[in-house]
Amino acid sequence: MAKEGTPDARRTVQRVPTSAAGAASCRPRGHPSAEPGSAGREPKAARDVRVAVCEYGAGNVRSVTIAFTRLGADVATTSAPDDVLAADLAVLPGVGSAAAAMAGLRERGLDEALRTRVEEGRATLGICLGLQLALEESEEDGGVQCLGLLPGRAVRLREGRVPRIGWAPVEPSGDAFYFAHSYAADTPAASAHSEGVVAEARSGAFIGVQFHPEKSGAAGARFLERCLSHA
Amino acid sequence: MPLPRLIPCLDVAAGRVVKGVRFEGLRDVGDPVELGAAYSDAGADELVYLDVKATLENRASFVELVGRVAERLAIPFTVGGGVRSVEDAEALLRAGADKVSVNTAALARPALLTEIAELLGSQAVVVAIDASGGEVYSHAGTRPAGRRATDWAREAQERGAGEVLLTSIDADGTREGYDLELTSAVAEAVSVPVIASGGAGEARHVAQALEVAQAALLASILHENPARLASLRDELRGLGVHLRDAA
Repeated sequence: MAKEGTPDARRTVQRVPTSAAGAASCRPRGHPSAEPGSAGREPKAARDVRVAVCEYGAGNVRSVTIAFTRLGADVATTSAPDDVLAADLAVLPGVGSAAAAMAGLRERGLDEALRTRVEEGRATLGICLGLQLALEESEEDGGVQCLGLLPGRAVRLREGRVPRIGWAPVEPSGDAFYFAHSYAADTPAASAHSEGVVAEARSGAFIGVQFHPEKSGAAGARFLERCLSHA
Repeated sequence: MPLPRLIPCLDVAAGRVVKGVRFEGLRDVGDPVELGAAYSDAGADELVYLDVKATLENRASFVELVGRVAERLAIPFTVGGGVRSVEDAEALLRAGADKVSVNTAALARPALLTEIAELLGSQAVVVAIDASGGEVYSHAGTRPAGRRATDWAREAQERGAGEVLLTSIDADGTREGYDLELTSAVAEAVSVPVIASGGAGEARHVAQALEVAQAALLASILHENPARLASLRDELRGLGVHLRDAA
């Protein structure tokens, strides 16, 4: 894994020049055909934003729901594709194994709902495993086909202590967020890094973060608030 | 590597934070949700809640408490005490905890670590090890388990534990500093993060522990006083420890 400021990390950042704000912004990159979620619209008040948090049998959904509720959003935890399609912001959280999570998504038809949203340019947020599931594949569990909302694959962390657990600064904003992961995204869509690890990646209306904004105190709340204001 | 972590530990019995010599003469010192929130405001990186009685009768109320903690806190927390099955672990994570710590039950049946890790991920599984003279003790440090701490830590990691919470029974309560020899040995034996526990009396001790471990558990040094955590963080910064800017 590349350290901060190594040629590797710089190259990845340069490929995505619109990412200058990095984790400081949750605005999906403008998509000309996008309706909701497109740039240039007035930010919404949090209370007007309908958030659907995908419930598909993968871990700690409750903390994500609580975090958005605290910000005043209208949050529903759901396994129904229709709810995911109807929301202003869909959230794919998750901890645990990629294979089990993908099976859970497919079983409920949530994989198609998420793809449709992102194709339509509608704001969608992946958190932790949710970022990894958005990639084309993961090397976890001997190789898992993922959603393909983002180019690239999830690879096992090979440096430092793994799982990588704790607070680490996310560049370029410099705010520290909480991470807890053994795999990380290897993607040309990276828009922010932390210690050489992809901290955030985005493509069209999809944004994925490796850290847990719902567990990242004030910095995390600010991040989620920006997600709501651009949903 | 992520920043070194300071982790206040709250002992809970019957829905209240208690203190005292563990398991004897427990004294009520506050509300777990309020104290946890105050530690969070004072800059705690994570929290640990231990159900020190962990009887089957109060299991449901502990899960309910975990749910209330999750509603209030926006930082990660680990819960431990009495986790004996995957179902126990799942209930606690569903309520909003980030990790479960497993001690005696994992010694009795090491496959439990694998089962929890397969369902919830290794990052959610903390193996708690109590050691004295390099040997592991189970049942709250009362029974020798017949294993070296380094061996058990390594096996626990192989079975799926994503973190080691290492308490030195020898150092615990002495306030003379963490057991650096034990902590270093275990940290070298594993590649997962290690949380040092037991023996902190002053900031210097915590700084020493953070040189060999990735996190330090803070119990009696805080006196259940969040203001002490804030001052400790300042002292640690003065000693050159790079802590998170919690603003």
